[in-house]
Amino acid sequence: MPAPHLVAQHTSVRSVMLKVLAALIPGILVHAWFFGPGIWVSLLVCTLFAYAFEALALAMRNLPLRPFLTDGSVLVTAWLLALSLPTLAPWWLYAVGLLFAVLVAKHLYGGLGQNLFNPAMVGYAALIVSFPAYMTQWPAPVDLAGHTPDLLESIDLVFAGQGAVSPDAYTAATPLDTLRTQVRAGEDVATVMQQPVFGHLGARGQEMVALMYLLGGLLLLAHRVITWHIPLAFLGAVVLTATGLNLLDASRHAGPLFHLVTGGTLLGAFFILTDPVSASATPRGKLIYAGLAGFLTVIIRAFGGYPDGVAFAVLLMNMAVPFIDAHTQPKVFGQAVKAKDES
Amino acid sequence: MTQRRLYAFNGGVHLEGHKAVSAVLPIADMPLLPRYVVPLRQHIGEPARAVVELGQRVLRGELIGRPEGYVSVGVHAPTSGRVVAVEPRPVAHPSGLNDLCVVIEADGQDRAVDPTPLDWHRMDPSALRNRLREMGLAGLGGAVFPSFIKLNPGAKRRIPILILNGAECEPWITCDDMLMRERASEILLGAHVMRHMLGAERVLVGIEDNKPQALACMAEAAAGSDVEVVAVPTVYPAGGGKQLTYTLTGRITPSKGLTTDVGVQVFNVGTAYSLYRAVYLGEPLISRVVTVTGHVGTPRNLEVRLGSPILDLLQAAGGELPGATGEVIGGPMMGFDLHDTSAPVTKAVNCILVKNADLFPPKPAPMPCIRCGECARACPVELQPYELYWYARHRDFGKTQSYHLFDCIECGCCSYVCPSHIPLVDFYRFAKSEVWAREREKQAADLARERHEFRTFRLEREKREKAERLAKKAAERLESGAVAADDPQAERKKALLAAAIEKAKQAKAGVQPKNVDDLPADKQREIEAIEARRQQRASMTASADP
Repeated sequence: MPAPHLVAQHTSVRSVMLKVLAALIPGILVHAWFFGPGIWVSLLVCTLFAYAFEALALAMRNLPLRPFLTDGSVLVTAWLLALSLPTLAPWWLYAVGLLFAVLVAKHLYGGLGQNLFNPAMVGYAALIVSFPAYMTQWPAPVDLAGHTPDLLESIDLVFAGQGAVSPDAYTAATPLDTLRTQVRAGEDVATVMQQPVFGHLGARGQEMVALMYLLGGLLLLAHRVITWHIPLAFLGAVVLTATGLNLLDASRHAGPLFHLVTGGTLLGAFFILTDPVSASATPRGKLIYAGLAGFLTVIIRAFGGYPDGVAFAVLLMNMAVPFIDAHTQPKVFGQAVKAKDES
Repeated sequence: MTQRRLYAFNGGVHLEGHKAVSAVLPIADMPLLPRYVVPLRQHIGEPARAVVELGQRVLRGELIGRPEGYVSVGVHAPTSGRVVAVEPRPVAHPSGLNDLCVVIEADGQDRAVDPTPLDWHRMDPSALRNRLREMGLAGLGGAVFPSFIKLNPGAKRRIPILILNGAECEPWITCDDMLMRERASEILLGAHVMRHMLGAERVLVGIEDNKPQALACMAEAAAGSDVEVVAVPTVYPAGGGKQLTYTLTGRITPSKGLTTDVGVQVFNVGTAYSLYRAVYLGEPLISRVVTVTGHVGTPRNLEVRLGSPILDLLQAAGGELPGATGEVIGGPMMGFDLHDTSAPVTKAVNCILVKNADLFPPKPAPMPCIRCGECARACPVELQPYELYWYARHRDFGKTQSYHLFDCIECGCCSYVCPSHIPLVDFYRFAKSEVWAREREKQAADLARERHEFRTFRLEREKREKAERLAKKAAERLESGAVAADDPQAERKKALLAAAIEKAKQAKAGVQPKNVDDLPADKQREIEAIEARRQQRASMTASADP
């Protein structure tokens, strides 16, 4: 056996993935608190479909099931997609999303470690261009909703479709959607944001979930699962771009705080952009990759036609990663100094 | 102990030391063995050439292998006795191949050649280096590079700083630790000679701070002198030459250079000690301290004659315990598996580590790389190991070189931290050997092509010259009237000669060197130069003709 004869036994792909999943749990709990138990159903449905597609792909590719089904990577994809999609959507929406995430984005590109694009974001993008109507029906915060489905009702909604309850009773437009539609209708940002759905920081309920993602992200930083470069550059660029637009025209563009706590900003900063496989891996590359993604996120939100900009910003920047990495290789030890023999 | 500003190199890993296990007992002398197997290749470079014959009697310290070529040092008899074989034997080498060894049957008297201590202060530096070369001095830290070369500061180069490497950053190994505890003054005497030879102004001793006793002993021995004994943080690979240089001085060795490029020379403490023995006691390098540790009865350090079979060392350390799963030569991070315990100790063997399943569990099965970058954060050379792995795996060796493959010191940090448990260093070794093999092939092909081109050119030239000579001769004959006027054949002969001249002219005009169209500029110049010389010589012989 060649050297080294020692390997760190405590670390593995699985342990990395489990840490990411653990860091998502505070956000999920707070989500359930503010939006009802529907999240448990969508997480479960996504998990089941993710494993089904993963097993199918592994079987078709003649790969061993055990190491790859237990590495946790497909669970991360499933959960990230579940958290990016409206809860209480019909089951087939999750299935289609995971089909694209697991079969297309992951296994058609060669499986674990080979995917150019973030699988969860590919699933999200496929759904939003295919089924835009379903993608805007987010459950309203518990205290604003006329009715919050309980667990059994949620299961019924997901599997049996719309039953006795009309979606209008429990869904509401997200703050990002509300702001865009009403500003385009000629309203002033400040007036729109008076509405209760905007909460304290920009999004009732969602803002607390976002803060929990921040907490989870800090845990990942503390455990050295991720480095500071991507979250800092991404959030910094979001704040700068949003501030710039806000200064240009405060009546049409919301301020940076709103952009930080709405949509997928914080989930993206700590959990999606940081997916090591599809992200830039050099320190300078990470700053460029995440910085441009932050810029694109706000621009897409401000001028684009989609409810959120994170997914497309991530996918666009994923495409640029090979180029960025090739041009941001750090200098190796002693490279800056020239050997005397060479001069 | 001296406080210094220290510099932290990138990454590295924190490993469980396991040092105390073998540092309990003092260094013990191995008892005299009945038989020694002394390999002629114990150092980097050319192996020594055997200068003894079968049946010859030798004394302890007698030269049995003469250095051959520049990068080479001598090999000596470890005890007095009789040469019973000069043949390939199993040696401690990763390849597991046999190598030429001199086998000596000890006579039990252990008589030595008369020691000749060296008057190093008054000796000519070059003569001193030659003596050290003959006495077999090579680095005992693991690389076994001939010391006399490293002790030559060169004509212009100044080496203001001498670093003694007592970091001993690999887990388990304690031979330097124990040597520093027990023989600190002797190490410093050796360092003093090194300093003199290099013209160094300062001497720094770098020791990892997990060796407080060694630090204390060295500091005590250095008290009153300007030698600085410095504790460096315990982080593997703190003992790498370039890493220790940076830690202690902040000087960054150029990527393809040596520490001497930044005015620093680094020697292992064991080498300094062997230099002391060579210079002050006149004793060539015939023994070293070896750690025998791990899954053995009595882990300890032994003073071992070079050529002692490893089997005997294991026995002297209480033998392998039940459940042993093999032996590593060197440390767990950079050492290699021993193929045959009958292989002898050489200058390169600092540790024999006996494995068992608990201490060295099997490596988990590798998973695909997820580009997490742990390897890059751990790399002391600041490489991007995952990129190197990607290109090495896909046999894109050009790219591996532009990602600085040859800066890799194979310390193993990346393999150690990899969550996917990919044997990264194996891929770099593979890529390096492929690049070397291709370079050799390319050199051979270039040489063959050059030879072929020149041969074609020469053949054409000879053909042309022959045609010219024939034409000249024919013309002469025609003019001198070699053909008699009354010869009935005259007209026919004249016609034949004229035809020969014409033919030669045609040949001269028609002959062009072939296969020389796309010659590189330097080749073209070379041919032109040759042509010019030929012209010159032709004109000289012409003018010399009466």
